[in-house]
Formats: sequence, C-alpha cells, structure tokens
Amino acid sequence: MSERLITIFIQSFWQILLPGLTMTIPLTVISFAIALVIALFTAIVQIAEVPMLKPLARLYVWIIRGTPLLVQLFVVFYGLPSLGIVLDAFLSAIIVFSINTGAYASETIRAAIEAVPPGQMEAGYCVGMTYAQCMRRIILPQALRTAFPPLSNSLIGLIKDTSLAANITIMEMFMAAQRIAARTYEPFALYCEVGLVYLIFCTVLTRLQRYWEARLKLD
Amino acid sequence: MLEVRNIHKSFADREVLKGVDLRVNKGDVVTILGRSGSGKTTFLRCINFLEDADQGTMTLDQETFELAHVSRQDKIRIRRKTAFVFQNYNLFRNKTALENVTEGLIIARKMPKDQAVEIAFQALEKVGLRDRAEAYPHQLSGGQQQRIGIARAIATQPELILFDEPTSALDPELIGEVLQVMKQLAQEGMTMLIVTHEMNFARQVSSQVLFMDEGVIVEQNPPDLFFDAPQQVQTQQFLKTLREH
Repeated sequence: MSERLITIFIQSFWQILLPGLTMTIPLTVISFAIALVIALFTAIVQIAEVPMLKPLARLYVWIIRGTPLLVQLFVVFYGLPSLGIVLDAFLSAIIVFSINTGAYASETIRAAIEAVPPGQMEAGYCVGMTYAQCMRRIILPQALRTAFPPLSNSLIGLIKDTSLAANITIMEMFMAAQRIAARTYEPFALYCEVGLVYLIFCTVLTRLQRYWEARLKLD
Repeated sequence: MLEVRNIHKSFADREVLKGVDLRVNKGDVVTILGRSGSGKTTFLRCINFLEDADQGTMTLDQETFELAHVSRQDKIRIRRKTAFVFQNYNLFRNKTALENVTEGLIIARKMPKDQAVEIAFQALEKVGLRDRAEAYPHQLSGGQQQRIGIARAIATQPELILFDEPTSALDPELIGEVLQVMKQLAQEGMTMLIVTHEMNFARQVSSQVLFMDEGVIVEQNPPDLFFDAPQQVQTQQFLKTLREH
C-alpha cells in the first residue's frame, strides 16, 4: 500500500466516523425505538384479534415486507411532494425506517407471544387478572426474552440499511465515503473503510446483545 | 354455594358435556373420577370460564349466570372468588415462587405489597416451601411447583378451589407431598372440586365422589357407598378395571 493511500485512509477515517456518530447512529436509534412501539402495537392488535385493526395490521405488514426499502424511501421523499406532502429528508428517513423495521419486528414479537404456552395466560386469568394485566405482567416479559435475539438482528440490519438514506440526500456515513472516494479516486480503499466502520458498529452491538442475553438468562 | 345446571359444551361437532349438574356446599370436597375423554377436565374449566360453555347456568353466592352469556367483567369477578390448580402447574415462569403467589393479590386485587407478601409467606409456609420463596419455577421439582401452585390458589382466599388432575404430571415419589397438602386443606374445611385419578385419596378426603362418563355424571355418592357398592354398571366396570391393574 502506498504512503498516499495510508494517509487518505487515516485522514478520512474521522470524516467517515463523524457522520456515523451524528447521523447513522441517531437515525438508527430513533427509528428503532419508534419501530418497537409500532411492532408491539401491531403484534398485540393481531394477538388480541381487535376487529378492524387486525386486518389493517396484516395489510401493513404485507405491504411493507413485500416492497423494497429503497422504494419506500423514494415514495416518501420524492413521491409524496407531488401529493403536496413535503417532508424533510431526515424526517422521511425516520418515518420509512421505523415503519419498515416495525413491520418485521411485529412478526418477531407476534411469534414470540404465540410461543408462550397458553397455560401462562390461563393461570393469569385464574388468579383474577384481566387480559391486559396478564399480557403486561406475564406474557410480554416472557415473549420479549424470546424476541430479544431476533430483535437484535433487526437492529443490526437497520444500522446497515441506513446507508440507503444516502439516496435521499442524507449525509450519513456512506455518502461521506462516497464523496471522499470521488475526490481522491480511491473507491476501493474508501468503500472498504466505510464497511469497516459499519463492522465496528455492528460488533459493538453484537457484544451488547451477548451481554444482555446473558443477563436475561440470569433472572 | 355453587350450583351448576345442564352444562353443555361442544368442540367442533363433538359434544363433550351433555348436560352436567352439580351442587357443591361450603366445606364439601367433591372428587370427579372418570376415564380420560369423559369430559371431567372440560367441566372444571367451564366453571372457571377457561372454556365457554354453550349452555347451562351457574349459581355462585346467590348470583345466577347464563354460562353462554357471561360478560368479561363478570368472568373476572367470578374467577376472583375461585382458584384453579393445573395439571402441569402453570406457574408464571418469569416470576419467583413468592411473586407467583403475590401476583393475584397485588395486581388483580390491588392489595398493598407488604400485606400481600405477608399472606404469601403464610401460604408458602402452609405448603412447606417458605424457604424456596425466591426460587424460580425451573429451579423447583414438579412436586414443589405444584405446592407453589396450591399456595398461589389459597393465598387469594377463594371460596372454592378447582383442582385439575393435580398429581397426574408428577413422578410417583412426588405425588404424596402434594396430596398431603390437599388433605390438610380438606381438613381445614376448604371447599374443593377435584378431578383426579388417585382413588385412595378420593376415598379418604371426599364428601362426595362423582363418576363421569361420555359427558354426563353417571353416579354421585359418598365415598364409602361409591367405592364399596357402586350402583351403575359404568361405575362398576370403571372400578373393576382399576382394581385389575
């Protein structure tokens, strides 16, 4: 490797990491938090067989899982303005990422709830609890334990998917790398470098996941 | 105290209960015997609304309900007067033994925590497991789990406890400790309705023994009469097959 390449590599590391910390991470964290709320709601509406809302939830999951994330980003950011709805790029990204991840995560949570033996709910009823009390106190805590590893997967998937936000003008890690690559004519080095930063982020998340899984098992 | 009349229940097109009547007075220990598939568990579950009966009435504490049309609020209210002990214990897996017992008090009945904990310790004491209060279900043997299940049932001071084959999932050597606790409850005057296969136990503790077959109660008598001089052919056959084993 030439000396120039090493210099570019080192200099650009901070220029890539910075938008990672100020854009990729907030985009991921905010979207994922909203996604979890959507997912929990969507899952419970289906489990509890709420009229009207259950078919709507199925429709939502069907459409979102059946269309590409990139298309969803374009529809919201480039498409909606022609209907008179103009959203800023960051907001568009948050909306699309949370709705998208929410659809997948709702299936995870739904499956995890269904995996709790029916006797747990019955026992809750028999000590006099309501459906909502059983859900909150007995079923969900057990289901979330089951759902934790696949949800961590979704989070790790999301952090990488935020690179697609570059397509709707968001200056996140990938776009930062793209610009440096264009300026220095070193695409191989730069794209490997941005990949490395994603790898570092995901490695941290994987470590955290292992730590929390171990803690969940303890109690 | 409890009176049910003409309970019918079908699953798909199979009629499991074909008009069951039962009367339980305060302090009664009623055991229900019968082959598997005779409808005895379904009958027990209908009383607690774990299954919705298709037809029939139930009277509990001078209140009469059409079993096919009981509101959600009434179900919760009636369930709070009863308790249920499951064949496979169904302890809350995410709660300690103590929390399993306090849950119905603190969450369902809004009892202050320290009062609930005190009651729970008394209940655990009664089943001999006070020292395992902090254990999680998976850390307990089947017999211990079922005793916690009984502690959870008695802590809410129910008017009636329903037992659904409480020893059927247990290893033989663990059955005794559970029956012992149940015997003690019976002696203290707890009203109990028990589905069981433990004949000796049924004979010792019951005030009435029922035999169910094909979704109806075939025979109902005090234990001595039931076991020594069964009146109905089905009962005679059932007791005969048991003795041959």
